[in-house]
Amino acid sequence: MIPELGHFALIIALGMSLLLAVVPLWGSWAGNFAAMRTAPSLAIGVCVFCGISFACLATSFLQDDFSVRVVASNSNSLLPPVYKFSAVWGNHEGSLLLWVLILSFWLAAVATFSRGLPTVMLARVLAVMGAIAVGFLSFSLFTSNPFARLLPGVPSDGNDLNPLLQDPGLIIHPPLLYMGYVGFSVAFAFAVAALLGGRLDAAWARWSRPWTNVAWAFLSLGIMLGSWWAYYELGWGGWWFWDPVENASFMPWLAGTALVHSLAVTEKRGLFKSWTVLLAIFAFSLSLLGTFLVRSGVLTSVHAFAADPARGLFILVFLAIVVGGSLTLYALRAPAVRSRIAFSVLSRETLLLVNNVVFLVATLTVLFGTLFPLLMDALGQGKYSVGPPYFNAVFVPLMALLVPFMGIGPISRWRDDSHHRWLSRLAIPGFIVGVLAIALPFTAAQGFNVWVALAVLLAGWIVAGLAADFRERWARSASFPRALARQTPSYWGMVLAHTGFAAVIVGTVATSQYSVERDLRMEPGDSETLAGYSFHFDETLRVRGPNYLADAARFSVSRDQQEVATLVAEKRRYLATGSVMTEAAIDGGLFRDLYVAMGEPVGDDGAWAIRLHYKPMVRWMWLGALMMGCGGLLTIFDRRYRRQRVAQESVTTHGAPA
Amino acid sequence: MAPRLKLFLPLGLFALLAALLFRGLSLDPQALPSALVDRPLPEFSLPRLADGETLVRGDLVGKPMLLNVWATWCISCRVEHPYLQRLADGGINIYGINYKDDSNAARAWLEELGDPYLGSVVDAAGSLGLDLGVYGAPETYFIDADGVVRYRHVGVIDERIWTTRLAPIYAELSAGSDS
Amino acid sequence: MSIASALSVRPMLLSVAAVLCALMVMPATAVIETYEFSSPELERRYHQLSQELRCPKCQNQNIADSNAPISQDLRQLLYTRLEEGADNDEILADMVARYGEFVRYRPAARGAALWLWLAPLVLLIVGAALLLVLLRRGREAPEAVNPDELARLDALLVGSAEAAGPSEDSRP
Repeated sequence: MIPELGHFALIIALGMSLLLAVVPLWGSWAGNFAAMRTAPSLAIGVCVFCGISFACLATSFLQDDFSVRVVASNSNSLLPPVYKFSAVWGNHEGSLLLWVLILSFWLAAVATFSRGLPTVMLARVLAVMGAIAVGFLSFSLFTSNPFARLLPGVPSDGNDLNPLLQDPGLIIHPPLLYMGYVGFSVAFAFAVAALLGGRLDAAWARWSRPWTNVAWAFLSLGIMLGSWWAYYELGWGGWWFWDPVENASFMPWLAGTALVHSLAVTEKRGLFKSWTVLLAIFAFSLSLLGTFLVRSGVLTSVHAFAADPARGLFILVFLAIVVGGSLTLYALRAPAVRSRIAFSVLSRETLLLVNNVVFLVATLTVLFGTLFPLLMDALGQGKYSVGPPYFNAVFVPLMALLVPFMGIGPISRWRDDSHHRWLSRLAIPGFIVGVLAIALPFTAAQGFNVWVALAVLLAGWIVAGLAADFRERWARSASFPRALARQTPSYWGMVLAHTGFAAVIVGTVATSQYSVERDLRMEPGDSETLAGYSFHFDETLRVRGPNYLADAARFSVSRDQQEVATLVAEKRRYLATGSVMTEAAIDGGLFRDLYVAMGEPVGDDGAWAIRLHYKPMVRWMWLGALMMGCGGLLTIFDRRYRRQRVAQESVTTHGAPA
Repeated sequence: MAPRLKLFLPLGLFALLAALLFRGLSLDPQALPSALVDRPLPEFSLPRLADGETLVRGDLVGKPMLLNVWATWCISCRVEHPYLQRLADGGINIYGINYKDDSNAARAWLEELGDPYLGSVVDAAGSLGLDLGVYGAPETYFIDADGVVRYRHVGVIDERIWTTRLAPIYAELSAGSDS
Repeated sequence: MSIASALSVRPMLLSVAAVLCALMVMPATAVIETYEFSSPELERRYHQLSQELRCPKCQNQNIADSNAPISQDLRQLLYTRLEEGADNDEILADMVARYGEFVRYRPAARGAALWLWLAPLVLLIVGAALLLVLLRRGREAPEAVNPDELARLDALLVGSAEAAGPSEDSRP
């Protein structure tokens, strides 16, 4: 009964989103304000029914209703309840429902928080998002119904959730990632609505900017969690593989980063409007492309969902309508007149343009690299693989190219600046950073490394720019606390995000250059020293978990005769499927991680294959990404976006417009 | 007019991309043609399964043949076996590579199920398999009379696959040797 | 030096994978490869190359991380060739001769793959050219209207949302 209810709610949601896509848009065309004003209620309605539908599927999972096909194939009665819940999105159908649910959250959020928008604008924005909801709801209902039953022949128990997905990280990684993916639909909807209205002005940029920042922040956090999960769960200490599915989430992030910055120029200076609109379309198109790549099976990936060309065709047609339609609209409506606003070569505008060029080149490079095997195959050129060595080789220099400009960014002025000013502000901090870049790597256990020095130089340069800028702000205030208090949330968001980027640079390079990894045959009683840490294999244990049995190896780690940590690595055998999983044991720290993973038993004398890792500063990467995400979220508390709320209050007091 | 046309550029690029993705739907990213196609069968010197006599490349080549990679641990090979027997009975030359297997078990297997092979090469270490670019079993190489690899099929051969896809390829091998 | 088997489980959700695996069930042998390298330099090259070579059978994994039997064989071959003194290019050529360009995660910059390597450079040049055009335009544009526009914007956002509604744009 509950699955049918969920199915029915999904159908109602589809009906309401159809109305949402049509009625307000017609209203905006016909000047019918009653029709336009249906948009917010319809948006909230879609959200309510998607919520009901999702709750029904979750209930089926929690109640072990194995007559539902996706429950039977992805859950098991022994599964701990929290994983029964996260199993909802551990499969194609359920994750698509989550996609739809999150889209409906964004719909409801826009409907709720944007009442200060002109009615026409809000109606168009919601209608565009409604059209996207129509696409995804039909995709779910017509090709991937999560509520399909297995009748007759209900299995007595389910197949179990893939053990790799039975992990706290995987509970929140997909929702965060989808919040980001889908969040770009808001920026997209604002762009299309502005094109429909024929007016791209700074107001449009100011409206869509907080939404874009939030979506970008969620995407940053989602990607971070995915990478962290890969690191601790997959058992060999890697954190980014440039797999097509990872690239599918990374491309919208890159384009989104460009968009966040170009929106700043458009809002503050009214420049590059048509470029910003194009970027907004581009970022969301890449989200849709990602969905296509993950679910169609056109590329070989370790993470892909069940490949199904029929589903692929559906998304492709939808992609063609959404992207083709919006680009056609762009071609017809974007202002072709040249901007008449001046800026000099040395100005913040230029620096932000450089940001856009670099991030766009990076996006297109990742896109080209990801699709290259497909292109070659389609052209009959044979089979190719494009993997980490290629992406690292091209991506790292691109980011390095960006940083010199990124350091100047915060101190630069709009419109016209001078190199004397830049020099006077940055010469001394730059010099200090240069000295540090040479000195700091010498303090590392492994000694000086030129790449680490370069990373410190680049990261330090970013921080130096931020510091020089703050010094100037401080000088303008009465006191240091006053200077701190006077800055806006947008400013702190920027500082946090840029510092986070610097941390990512240092973390990535330090961990790639300084990591030590050893694979050994060890038996209880053996010791091995790695980068100054002594790993002593104490004993093997038998562990019984809720739905698995495990062999465990206990290690005590010491350094200079001082106990540092006790690590228990496990090798689990899950009861339902018999699949074997490695649970690495990690002692984390700001400056180093110690990592032990268990392989196979070797011989009959109790020896095991053991992998030991010493990974310096690996956490800086995720910490940095976390800072970037928080920075993005912080910006929405800025006063100038709250003004919308002021406007909203005036709407409610004066009655609705028109 | 020109600036307006320029705005159509993104649309045009997207159309190309969409065409590529559409083409991608009908391609199989997993299919991996053998790198040895149109190149000679690699040299080897390995024992024969039946009696341990050394076999070399020259002992096999000379007429069109199938070279089938099989093993007793390979479940699909057992599925494929009866059809290979039928092909052999129909006069098709099939040699086997007994890949990473226990020779005693392999001999017992052929004893029990019948031997479709003109001879099986024992490749216990998988060295010939490596030279051939084998990545699993069963795999079947189509080799012409000159000892040149013309095609590689990955997976089970059955009636349907043979008649629709493989028989014409085998016919071509023979046609080539006649001329 | 790779503890292949259990350390190398990656999500294999693709149904195709299940079919392929069913084709190629191998006996579970103890997989530990305590390769002893004659020099640390060889060990370093082993790690590098094993991460640049793609397992031909797997979904998308290098041979260092894959527990497929074919990956074990390729690691063995890699080890042997390294100890024989072969250089990286020779080893890669060997692998390509057996499994095609597919095995290289870093495609050689020749033939069609040359485009792969040129693409970022071409894009960067196009980007730089575009940047120059925009900068010239920005420098040549007469400074105009800007303060006014900002004032109008603030008025639009703060004071007069209700007025802005209908006037935002009339129907086309």
